[in-house]
Amino acid sequence: MGQSTLQKMEKMDRRWVFLAMAIAVAFPLFFKLGLAPKTTPPVRAFYDYIESLPEGSLVLCSMDYDPGSKAELNPMCLSVLDHLMQRKLRVVVITLWSTAPAMVEGNVNEVCRDKYGRLYGVDYAYLGLKEGREAVMVAMGKSLRRTFPSDFYGTTVDSLPIMNGVENYGQFDVLINVSAGYPGTKEYVQYVTSRFDIPLLSGASAVSVPEYSAYYQSGQLRGLLTGITGAAEYEALINVPGLAITAMDGQTMGHFVIIAFILFGNIVYFMTRRNRGRS
Amino acid sequence: MIVQFFIPHPVVNDIANRLQNWAIIVISFSYVLGSANILRINGELVYRRGSGWPYKLVLVAAFFLMVIPGLLFGIKEGSWANDRLFAYTYTPLASTMYASLAFFIASAAFRAFRIRTWQASVLAITALVVMLGRVPISHLIWDELPGIVDWIMNVPNTVAQRGILIGAALGAIATGLKVILGIERSYLGRD
Amino acid sequence: MEFFWLSIAGLATIAVLSFLYNDNPLYKIAEHFFVGIAAGYVVCTQFYNVFLPNLWQPLTSGTDYWLIVPLLLGFSLFTRFTQSLGWVSRWPMSVIIGTYAGLAVTGFASGDMALQIHASLIPVFEPTAVTKFSTNPNVTNFLGIFDNPLFTIGLICVLFYFFFSIEHKGGYRHVALVGTTLLMIGFGAGYGYTVMTRIALLFDRFYFLFVDWLKVAS
Repeated sequence: MGQSTLQKMEKMDRRWVFLAMAIAVAFPLFFKLGLAPKTTPPVRAFYDYIESLPEGSLVLCSMDYDPGSKAELNPMCLSVLDHLMQRKLRVVVITLWSTAPAMVEGNVNEVCRDKYGRLYGVDYAYLGLKEGREAVMVAMGKSLRRTFPSDFYGTTVDSLPIMNGVENYGQFDVLINVSAGYPGTKEYVQYVTSRFDIPLLSGASAVSVPEYSAYYQSGQLRGLLTGITGAAEYEALINVPGLAITAMDGQTMGHFVIIAFILFGNIVYFMTRRNRGRS
Repeated sequence: MIVQFFIPHPVVNDIANRLQNWAIIVISFSYVLGSANILRINGELVYRRGSGWPYKLVLVAAFFLMVIPGLLFGIKEGSWANDRLFAYTYTPLASTMYASLAFFIASAAFRAFRIRTWQASVLAITALVVMLGRVPISHLIWDELPGIVDWIMNVPNTVAQRGILIGAALGAIATGLKVILGIERSYLGRD
Repeated sequence: MEFFWLSIAGLATIAVLSFLYNDNPLYKIAEHFFVGIAAGYVVCTQFYNVFLPNLWQPLTSGTDYWLIVPLLLGFSLFTRFTQSLGWVSRWPMSVIIGTYAGLAVTGFASGDMALQIHASLIPVFEPTAVTKFSTNPNVTNFLGIFDNPLFTIGLICVLFYFFFSIEHKGGYRHVALVGTTLLMIGFGAGYGYTVMTRIALLFDRFYFLFVDWLKVAS
């Protein structure tokens, strides 16, 4: 390849790269590949833990993400709620992110009320947002009622049958956290699992998965959903295909494009360097 | 917060619990303070016709467009502020802001990711293996590939992250003790 | 009406994506609108989810009169806007910082330090890993032989890399080198997973544009 061609490639306008990326990721929307992932051990552990809970168990779900991470974590949130409803478990949902309340409310209503016809206040409850990050997590360990005196709709928690006898984490069988970052799984591991005796399952954005792998390996997390791929594996396990499985096609194409760019960029770089060395 | 571990007396526990609940409330005010500060700075720029003032006017207008109906009519499902404004403006804007990073990652992968040293090679090879192994067709490329990626995540990656976590924990404990003992006072701002 | 609002969302998406071509007024308008809406939404959520249930209602119903303290502390935060009274805001700041400093010391110590070290207190070598490989020789089982040595010796090498009180020369250099290699593997894995997140977000946006809004794909 001539030196000028190589130089042109090295200095290529990045908008061509953007266009290639856009075409690659959008392509599967028009020409379906139909790819489905195989289950990995952390996702299997997450699924198996929920399967092991007896009917009627009380689950605390902390859905901590915002519209910026909706693409990865909304499918996870919906799948988790779906699985809990399938298993006829009782669910109390909270959130610690200030732009999450409306989104989480929509998911809770879509699955618990609209799809499964469960009774609010008896089978499930949505307590809304509480600002305070770690302080809220620790405060819930002392008194959940004091931290959340009313639900998202202004009803006092004392009048919700699902909250009868619930004081703190001790009355819950498991804590599930769908987390986009801070505050989220890391803080629950640091301030809740090590201090109060409650098992923790996490669904995390892929960016956080390498860090949370250390918590999973040490047993501080009993199960871990690993980003959009983990969400797709989970959808396949509970047999409720959703957006995560659909996204696998685009995910595959995107990964291959990035790999191609890394390899191509380095080939051009080394060839340019070699040609400069010769001349 | 620390004393309650060593003196599990009801009075100490009650004080600690109260402080935690008070902190939740004060932090909530600090979020409103942040929003008020945004309003103050941009409002001043609009008033003084500073640089880019039409855009700041859009910001101020958007703020009141959310706050007024939100406070008057609520932000639950069924409210205009939630069902229309938040769902059809904030959500797509936030999602797209973060999604556009994918393009910059692609651009950086082509123009900046250079395997110049052996450390960069290790990083690049691991990244390539993980990206290949985390697609649904990885077992078709090589049937051992998913297992290798699982091992990379469970063992060497965990070792690295564990080292970082332990190191960061030591730093956080030291900083926390410095704040508590008054050695670190930068959070108070300039005197 | 629904299509009108979908179109608003679609145009907002395109406005942000237009930045990829070039910085332009449409993107700037979208960016500033986003910040304004976010700031306004935060005020609303704090009012309905914290101020009313945790402060106002218990205080006005007489359940807990001590809540006057956080109410005053909260309002005193706004004295930051004045020059003469700005010092008053240090009191609520101190409450916040003190609470979190106290929580952080115990949280990091137990969650990140003690339990993580405990997870690496395992034998340096596990003979059953060799047996597993010999009965079922494949790549994964071969790599499994190195699990325990990496969790123990590898962790020490990684921690040594961050120890700068001794110069990394001679034998120490090799220890730090092993640590560096493991860190590079960790960062490589992090890069791969970061790519996964971003592509997922991008696909979601294209799904909205082509499937939900324009309906040109299924």
